[in-house]
Amino acid sequence: MAKYVCPSCGEKIETTGIVTVCPKCNADMAGVMEQSARALRQKAAELIKDDSVTTHEYIVRTRGLKRSYIMGEEEVQALRGIDLDVRRGEYLSIMGPSGSGKSTLFNLIGGLDKPTAGSCYINETDMAQLSAHELAWQRCRTIGYIFQTFNLIPVMTALENVTLPMIFAGMGSDEMLERGRMLLDLVGLGGRLNHKPQELSGGQQQRVAVARSLANSPAIVLADEPTGNLDLQTGKEIIELLKELNVESGVTIISATHDLKMIDVSDRIVHIRDGQVERIEKREEIDLEIGTMGGQP
Amino acid sequence: MQSTRKCWSRAELDPRLSACGLRLVVKAVMMDVKKLAKVAGGGGQAAPQIQKQINLPWPDAFRISLRSVLLRLGRAGIAATGIVLGVAFLTYVWSDRIFSDGVEKARLAQEQTLAAAAESVRKPAAAPEAEQGAPDQPVAPDASQSTKAEKDARQLWLVVMSLLVCGIGITNAMLMSVTERFQEIGTMKCLGALDAFIVRLFLIESVVIGVLGSAAGIIIGILFVLLYYGIKEGFSVTAKVDWGSLVMVMLYGLVIGTVLALLSAIPPAIRAAQMPPAAALRSEI
Ligand SMILES: Nc1ncnc2c1ncn2[C@@H]1O[C@H](COP(=O)(O)OP(=O)(O)OP(=O)(O)O)[C@@H](O)[C@H]1O
Ligand SMILES: [Mg+2]
Repeated sequence: MAKYVCPSCGEKIETTGIVTVCPKCNADMAGVMEQSARALRQKAAELIKDDSVTTHEYIVRTRGLKRSYIMGEEEVQALRGIDLDVRRGEYLSIMGPSGSGKSTLFNLIGGLDKPTAGSCYINETDMAQLSAHELAWQRCRTIGYIFQTFNLIPVMTALENVTLPMIFAGMGSDEMLERGRMLLDLVGLGGRLNHKPQELSGGQQQRVAVARSLANSPAIVLADEPTGNLDLQTGKEIIELLKELNVESGVTIISATHDLKMIDVSDRIVHIRDGQVERIEKREEIDLEIGTMGGQP
Repeated sequence: MQSTRKCWSRAELDPRLSACGLRLVVKAVMMDVKKLAKVAGGGGQAAPQIQKQINLPWPDAFRISLRSVLLRLGRAGIAATGIVLGVAFLTYVWSDRIFSDGVEKARLAQEQTLAAAAESVRKPAAAPEAEQGAPDQPVAPDASQSTKAEKDARQLWLVVMSLLVCGIGITNAMLMSVTERFQEIGTMKCLGALDAFIVRLFLIESVVIGVLGSAAGIIIGILFVLLYYGIKEGFSVTAKVDWGSLVMVMLYGLVIGTVLALLSAIPPAIRAAQMPPAAALRSEI
């Protein structure tokens, strides 16, 4: 929810969308909107710029990544060798039918699970080489997670949820509260700092989760079906928020999704099927496709 | 129920698991000891290492756990019931003895003063009678002492058994609470929590439950004794009781209840901490 003030009559307008004219005096609001958007961008860039020292071109690389689950006698191969390079600052979507291994890949990249074979490099460090401490450090500082089911801690307020990773990172308490407030403000929940998750709507909970994923200025945000439990409009808002953050702060976003709305904002789309990369599309190519399709009579 | 069995059998089948779990508990406590030592002995040098350190300060851990208990009083209540009952029983048994001793002592004192008064009244007349009464007195306490010792042993046995049952009750309730919170635990791990943090959070939670439960148990136990003796002997009985030892009994109750809660929470805490984050996130979906 953003607040705008009409430049001519001083009317206060609260909305999540766009206001072109003031509802009271019909004055043009475009200037105000643009100004607030610019302020938001600046704040985002300040808050979560990727300040890691190393600047490898590829922030995530996987080589022959395999993961199989043993179910009794049977061996289920969830991933059958994934080679994937993700550029720094990219917005990458992973698409595929249910059971194709998206979540499995997400868990492996995020260091939540160990591959059966192959390796995954983050900033050119092999995840398999990391000790438990280093892995926790990486989960805390380098990667932010967003889940389909929001996964906020139910007994904590929005602000506490956002500051929890900062506690782990050893941030001072004043700085922490300040930053938590700013992040929640950034996702449009500045007025709901002390609400518990069950007092928030799904979309609002997911916004808190987005703010939390940015807590320690991660280089990568991993999102597993972030819009899966949201209605169309709310899902779109979350996607736009993610895209905005991606553009303004240069954070790399990797998102597993069914959601076709994601295609618009993705730089690349990786289609996986049965645990293998089926094809990789670039946005330019999709634009081209849509263009030719639209051009046909 | 089922979850308890599963955990125990897992621990039995795989000795590595329990050994590893114990190491975790030690780690949860030692981490801060080590950090203190590091800071004490030239903190400046260790700085670059500390930079990559993930930590959960005790005050924050305490705040989170306390919040978790207070906002889930229902679940905490189930875990605490065992402690409340166990400590109430223990307090009852121990303070019962203090009360009965107090009453006995008061009666003896009264008898003595009465006897003295009687003696002073019929001193000249009934000298042989007093001699007759004298040999009786040592016999009666002797008999009551032996039955008393037997009773004490039986009561100790009962107390130990009841505490054991309470402990298992807490373990079970905490295991249920762990199962309920798989997702929460997994999320915490995604946010950078070490296994040791999870152990720490659950142990603190259990200590909080232990302290609250024991306090309630002590109050209930003392109330029962007070009521019992108050009705039997009149409420003036409170004046005759040794309040010093009664306070000691309360302290013992508190300590025993808390330690019991802490010990019973170790298996569930280990189980929670050892869960791989991916599994924890899956379980509720
Ligand atoms: N913990 C597990 N134990 C056994 N099999 C598993 C486990 N996790 C995943 N699988 C199997 O691995 C395959 C891929 O699962 P995954 O969860 O990665 O799919 P997904 O692409 O995320 O699907 P969805 O879109 O429905 O979330 C499936 O066949 C699934 O049955
Ligand atoms: Mg999935």
